[in-house]
Amino acid sequence: MSLAERAVARRGTNFELWSWYYFRISGVLLLFLTLGHVYIVHILTPIEQVNYAFVAARYAKPFWRTYDLLLLLLAMSHGVNGMRLILHDYVRSRPWRVFAYSVLYSAALIFTVLGALVIVTFQPVPE
Amino acid sequence: MYRGREGMWAWIFHRVSGIGVLLFLFIHIVDTALIGWGPGVYNAVTRIYHEWTIFRFLQFTLIAAVLYHSFNGVRIIMIDFWPQGYKYQRQLFYGALTLTMLALIPTGYFLLGPVFGIETRQG
Repeated sequence: MSLAERAVARRGTNFELWSWYYFRISGVLLLFLTLGHVYIVHILTPIEQVNYAFVAARYAKPFWRTYDLLLLLLAMSHGVNGMRLILHDYVRSRPWRVFAYSVLYSAALIFTVLGALVIVTFQPVPE
Repeated sequence: MYRGREGMWAWIFHRVSGIGVLLFLFIHIVDTALIGWGPGVYNAVTRIYHEWTIFRFLQFTLIAAVLYHSFNGVRIIMIDFWPQGYKYQRQLFYGALTLTMLALIPTGYFLLGPVFGIETRQG
């Protein structure tokens, strides 16, 4: 094995090690953020009351925007990392794997930007 | 055929629930983004979540997936970091299932109660 190949192999190992830690660290944070989100927004609040006025009132506080942005970034990265491993397991052919990763990462980027834009820029209009 | 019993089922449920929750995250970003089109559009979208019976059941399934993935995630971390953890992986799996079921009782009451004509809230 060439030195370059060794370096790549070593970097690969390190990457998977960080990915492994990242699942656990983001997972613990998501445990509180996600269950908190589901409980506050969808159980404590009757779902009939989740509408434009509810979001407008909620997003008047920067705290909830920060909460939602953190939840979005953590959930997306944790989920995409999981999906990456699943694709790695089931898509065995190299070209198809590259294609599958491309679709996954493109979709993740587009949806993360869209979600973050909504959280950061939303300004309610009077009903 | 591989029959891994509890450990295998814990792993399969973790994958399937993870894929399901990620799929919903994408949907949820789109439905939230529609708020940019104003109250008329957004309230029409959220009304689907409230009024369509099938959406109530889908939300129940989603919360079940989130709960299982959360509790089994704790199980995985315990197996990884607690030296004795692996010996109790089976019990931890049943623990995760039990916590999921327990948490689904109030969820089902509030989310699905109205479907069966149960008045769950005042006013």
